[in-house]
Amino acid sequence: MNKNTLNSRLATVLKEALLRGEKGLIPYIMAGDPDLDTTVELAVAMAQAGADVLELGVPFSDPVADGPAIQAAAQRSLASGTILKGILEAVGEIRRRSDIPLVLMTYYNPVYQYGVKQFINDAARVGVNGLIVPDLPPEECAELLQAGDASGVDLIPLVTPNTPARRLEMIARRARGFVYCVSVTGVTGERNSIATGLPAMTSAVRKFTTLPVAVGFGISTPEQAAETARYCDAVVVGSALVKTIAERAGSSELVLAVARQVRELKDALTGREVKKIDTAI
Amino acid sequence: MSTVAHKVATEHAQKTVTGNCGAANTALPDDRGYYGGFGGTFVPETIMPALEELIDAYRRFRDDSDFRQELQYYLQHYVGRPSPLYFARGLTEYLGGARIYLKREDLNHTGAHKINNTVGQVLLARRMGKQRIIAETGAGQHGVATATVAAMFDLQCAIYMGEEDIRRQSLNVFRMRLLGAKVVPVTSGSRTLKDAMNEAMRDWVTNIDDTYYLIGSVAGPHPYPSLVRDFQKVIGEEARRQIVEQAGRLPDYVVACVGGGSNAMGIFHPFIEDGGVNLIGVEAAGHGLDTDLHSATLSKGRPGVLHGSLSYLLQDGDGQVIPVHSISAGLDYPGVGPEHSYLKDSGRAVYVAATDREALDAFKILCRTEGIIPALESAHALAGAVRLAPELSRDEIIIVNLSGRGDKDVHTVAEEMGVSLNE
Repeated sequence: MNKNTLNSRLATVLKEALLRGEKGLIPYIMAGDPDLDTTVELAVAMAQAGADVLELGVPFSDPVADGPAIQAAAQRSLASGTILKGILEAVGEIRRRSDIPLVLMTYYNPVYQYGVKQFINDAARVGVNGLIVPDLPPEECAELLQAGDASGVDLIPLVTPNTPARRLEMIARRARGFVYCVSVTGVTGERNSIATGLPAMTSAVRKFTTLPVAVGFGISTPEQAAETARYCDAVVVGSALVKTIAERAGSSELVLAVARQVRELKDALTGREVKKIDTAI
Repeated sequence: MSTVAHKVATEHAQKTVTGNCGAANTALPDDRGYYGGFGGTFVPETIMPALEELIDAYRRFRDDSDFRQELQYYLQHYVGRPSPLYFARGLTEYLGGARIYLKREDLNHTGAHKINNTVGQVLLARRMGKQRIIAETGAGQHGVATATVAAMFDLQCAIYMGEEDIRRQSLNVFRMRLLGAKVVPVTSGSRTLKDAMNEAMRDWVTNIDDTYYLIGSVAGPHPYPSLVRDFQKVIGEEARRQIVEQAGRLPDYVVACVGGGSNAMGIFHPFIEDGGVNLIGVEAAGHGLDTDLHSATLSKGRPGVLHGSLSYLLQDGDGQVIPVHSISAGLDYPGVGPEHSYLKDSGRAVYVAATDREALDAFKILCRTEGIIPALESAHALAGAVRLAPELSRDEIIIVNLSGRGDKDVHTVAEEMGVSLNE
């Protein structure tokens, strides 16, 4: 079983949610979309609205695992001048105002250019708890995993519906924090229905790890979140929030709208009845 | 002394001093897909099982005699191999130096070296039971070569192409459609080859079970760089045999253009262990290496990760891939195959760059001295020879890989010359 289950703050927080009879909510937004000051406000508001863990995207020019909504968010973020160093400073600011566990999702090249060890040191110092690197399979992760272990930054792996058992075992052995199940073979983005193979995938993952299991890609509504949560410990919602940010950027209602969306998603994961709320302001 | 000859001579002198004779290991990649420090598999997890399946299939069929025979059959009867090695008397006399031979990949079916690889990979895809082929394309040559083999074997085919390249290469777009392929315009990013590759990877991630991704260059995650090289090295194997037959000895220089680097790797590889043969890759310097408008990855980039492998990359200080430019849509790529990065760092190959202007001049020179209209990509290799040959003696031999024909580029060249073809 995984040696890092007990001393991981990410794993602990998600397990505590389960003990309260809830499933975890992990909202994703793109750092720097529309700018880093807004990202800080959004992060603090999402934490207050019931998010259990926050996932901040690092923009990359060539995001091959992302669908149109997050590609566009990355472009907006880069256009506003976002760099990795600036994102780490924003994390420090969020950390001064909230103790919510925080995960960065970044493609590998920005980290590689920053310098793997330097990046992990700086990330740990400002309060980053984990990393998700969608283009870094277990075959290539040794350096980042080792540096992360030394500094207490969890490297969270992705598994997909087509991951065979022998790879699940290899991935689970290197997993830290939680295991991120990608619900579909495909890129990020909203979808109309929940993947049919989900129960089988999450139970297969649990054969190899006691870490919490989160599911993401394609989950946008409270109903989908509740349905998905039946088979896992936490749910990641990204594109739906990113879309709200795109629609309301610059509006004084932006932070409120995102916080309300997070609150509705979290309500759906606490066993309370999901109420249909008119979100128009 | 010309830039090319000077650079080669200088680097050669340095190697002699340091004792590094520029040897390179031709047995690479290793089991993890690395050439020295370059290569690897930096892809989403969804793709990993498909790469494992491809590695397994390629290991099984690479030395399978039925597969070899079938490949040989199509290379000979469908592609038209072997392609000639042609002594370019007119060009040689015009430049007044080394003797120049052209490896005539432009005479292959579909007009470029790209078909060597697509025939090989489509035979592999069929053995793997795949029904659908996807590919990225820049100039459209790889897209046409892919659409061609998909038509021949009645497979579904989708080609991703940047909107900007669709505009520049309308003739090839129409060819692909005639061949039954769906051409998907890519509107993200710089709307060129790298973005087409991003979009093809997104398609592959989404349709991983039934789709074969037919990468057109020695780039991408392992095993593609070695797979594509192995299907392209027929160029160098033939050229090596042909020059010995025609000139009685090996060449002094082998020159090829480098975008992703498949035609260069194809002709270089069989010469790597011939220490006396200088290997010269010519990248696209666009408006000049001192401007922002070029795509000279090995000359101006530094190591980074794009499209599945670690290799030289044109990027900013924060690791964002930067826009690139070349008059040639096939060289307009910010990355380069990892084995080229290895050959550069080991000193076995030397990489220089030719500007849009030099390529256009070389294009016109070949038209007038040989009656051959080269592709603008290949014109960069010719530009390397135009600089190099006059500095060498008549006793020396240069082979230039004429990787494709220039019909597709006639509109671009006319535009550059201020000639309108539509009036």
